Amino acid sequence: MRSNPFSHIVTTIAGPPSRVDYGLDKLLRGVVAAAATAILLLVAYIVFELARQALPAILDFGAGFLYGTTWDVQDREYGILPEIWGTMYSSLLALLLGGLFGVAIAIFLTQDFLDRRVANVFRTIVEMLAAIPSVVYGLWGIYVLIPLIRPIANWLHDTVGWFPLFGTSLSGPGMAPASLVLAVMILPTVAAISVDALRRVPARVKEAAYGMGTTRWEAILKVMLPTAASGILAALVLGFGRALGETMALAMLIGNSNQISLSLFAPANTLASLLASSFPEAGEIEIQALMYAALALLAITLIVNVLGLWVMKAATRKFEGR
Amino acid sequence: MTGNISEAILESNLADMPQLKGSLFEGRCLRSRLLTLLTWILASLAAVPLLSIIYMLVVKGGSRINWETLTALPPAAFEFGGGIGPAIIGTLTMVAIASSISIPLGILAAIYLAEVAPHSKLAQTSRFLAKVLTGFPSILAGVFVYASLVVVMKTYSAWAGGVALAVLMLPTIILTAEEALKQVPQKMKDAAYGMGCTRAQVIGRVTLPTGLPGVITGVLLAVAGAAGESAPLLFTALFSTYYINGLEGLSEPTSSLSILIYNFSGMPYDNQIELAWTASLVLVMMILVLNVLARVLGRRKY
Repeated sequence: MRSNPFSHIVTTIAGPPSRVDYGLDKLLRGVVAAAATAILLLVAYIVFELARQALPAILDFGAGFLYGTTWDVQDREYGILPEIWGTMYSSLLALLLGGLFGVAIAIFLTQDFLDRRVANVFRTIVEMLAAIPSVVYGLWGIYVLIPLIRPIANWLHDTVGWFPLFGTSLSGPGMAPASLVLAVMILPTVAAISVDALRRVPARVKEAAYGMGTTRWEAILKVMLPTAASGILAALVLGFGRALGETMALAMLIGNSNQISLSLFAPANTLASLLASSFPEAGEIEIQALMYAALALLAITLIVNVLGLWVMKAATRKFEGR
Repeated sequence: MTGNISEAILESNLADMPQLKGSLFEGRCLRSRLLTLLTWILASLAAVPLLSIIYMLVVKGGSRINWETLTALPPAAFEFGGGIGPAIIGTLTMVAIASSISIPLGILAAIYLAEVAPHSKLAQTSRFLAKVLTGFPSILAGVFVYASLVVVMKTYSAWAGGVALAVLMLPTIILTAEEALKQVPQKMKDAAYGMGCTRAQVIGRVTLPTGLPGVITGVLLAVAGAAGESAPLLFTALFSTYYINGLEGLSEPTSSLSILIYNFSGMPYDNQIELAWTASLVLVMMILVLNVLARVLGRRKY
C-alpha cells in the first residue's frame, strides 16, 4: 500500500482502495463469474441427465420409437409418432390463430389506432392473459369452452362431416378446444415480440410512406410489415416453441388418446401431456421410455427456440447494427 | 384580362389533375377502413377469454371464499366442505425455496452479464443459454428434477418441487436483472470509477442500488410465474392432503394450488370442482398482486 505523499500538507479521508477492497473486488468477480458458469453447467447437466436416463430406452427401442404408433405398457411396445403428430398439429393450429390475433394486436397497439389510455387497457389485457396459469386455462377449457363449442362442432360434423377436418364429432376433450386454449396462451408472446419488432421500424419509414399518399393500411401492409418481417417471424417461431412445450392445459383438454387424426374434434395426445399423464404411475421400463420421449421433446423445442432466437438476432441487427 | 386567362388555364387543368383528397368510397380508402374495423374486432375478441375467465373465477370461485375454505384440509371423495389450506401453504413454501435458490444466483449471473464482462465468450454463451431456457418446456424441468433429485432422495418432496421451480425462474431473473442493470446510466458508473472505486464498490454502491427497482420487477414477475406453474410439480412434489409438518415435512410429498386444481378439475363431484375454482381464484389473485407490484416498482425513473 503506497502512503499518501501529501499527508503532511492536507489531512484527507480519501485514499486508495485498501487490501480488503481489492480482496472483495476479486471475490465478487469470482463469485459472479461462477454464477454465470452455473447456467452453462445447468443446461449441460439437464441435457446429460435426460440423455443418461433415456439411454436404456434408446438402446432398446432405437429409432423405431420415433415412428411407432402404439404405447402399450403390457406388451412393452412404445412409440411416440401420435404424440409427435399431436404436438405439431396442435401447435400449428394454435400458431395460425394465435399468430393472426397476436400480430393484429401488435399492429393495433403500435400504429396509432388508439388513444394512449385505451392502448394501455389493451396492453394490460394481453399482459394478464400471459399471467394466468396453465391449469386455470385448463379448468376454463373444461367447464366453459368445451360446452360452448360442442354444439358448433357437432353441427359442423353433421353438415360437412365428409371434410377431413370435421371428420369426427366432439364428445368432450379434443384437438379443437386444446388448440383454441393454446392459441390464447401464445397470443401474449407473439404480440409482445411483434410489438417490439414494429417499434424498431424507424418513424421516418412510416412518414415517408404517408408522405407518398398511402392509406393507413397500405402503409402497414406494404411498408411496416415487410420492414418488421424478420422480427415478426421471430415472434411466430418463439410462439410456436411455447406451444410445443405447453403441458397442463393440453393434458386437461386434448383427451390423451394415442391416435393420428386430421379431425379437429378427435381426441389426441402431445409429448408434454403424455409425460404429465403417464409419468406419476409409470413403472421402471415405462419411465425409461418416457425419458426418451422427454429427450425428443427437448430436441424439438431446442431446435425451434434456437431458430427463433437466431431470426430475432438477425432482425435486431438489421436496425441496430449489433 | 390577365385574371380571366389564368382562371381559364386553371379550370382546364383542374380536370386533368389527380384527385388529392381521399373519399370514403374509393376502393383503397374503403379497404383501409374495413381492415381497421377487422382489427378492432380481432383485438376485442382477444379480450373475451380473459373476461370470461375472470367472470368464472369471481362467480364460481368467489362463492366459497371464507376462512374455512382457506384453512381446512381438502375433502375426500364424497365429503362436503373442506378447503385448500395445505395447498396455499405448499405453494408458498415451494416458491420460497425456489426464490432462495434462483434469486441470488440469477442476480449474481446478471451482474456478470451486465457489468463485469458483458462481451466475454462466457457472458455471450450464458446469455444465449438463458434465452434458450426461457422457452424450455416446464414439464421437462420436472422430468429433470425427478431424474436428478427424486430418484436419489427416493421420495417426492417440497425440496424437489422448489428446485424444479428454481430452474424455471432462473432465466427470467437473469435476463430481466441484466436489462435493469444495463439501464443504469454509464455516467454514474464513470463518476464512481473516476473517484477511484474498485469494480466491486461501483457495483455494490452505484449499479445495484440504482438498478434495484428494475431487478425487483423481474424477480416479482419470475415469482408470479413460478407460483402458477404446475407441470414441474406433478412428479417432484406430487400432492398431499395434509399441511407440511415442520422441517422434516419438506422431504415429503407436498400439495400445491396448481396441482390441486388439476386433480380436482377431473373429479365428478361438485364440491371438488367448486374448490378447484376457488383455488384458481386464490392463485390468480396471488399472481395478479405480484404483477401489479412489479409494475408499480418498475416505472422508469431515468
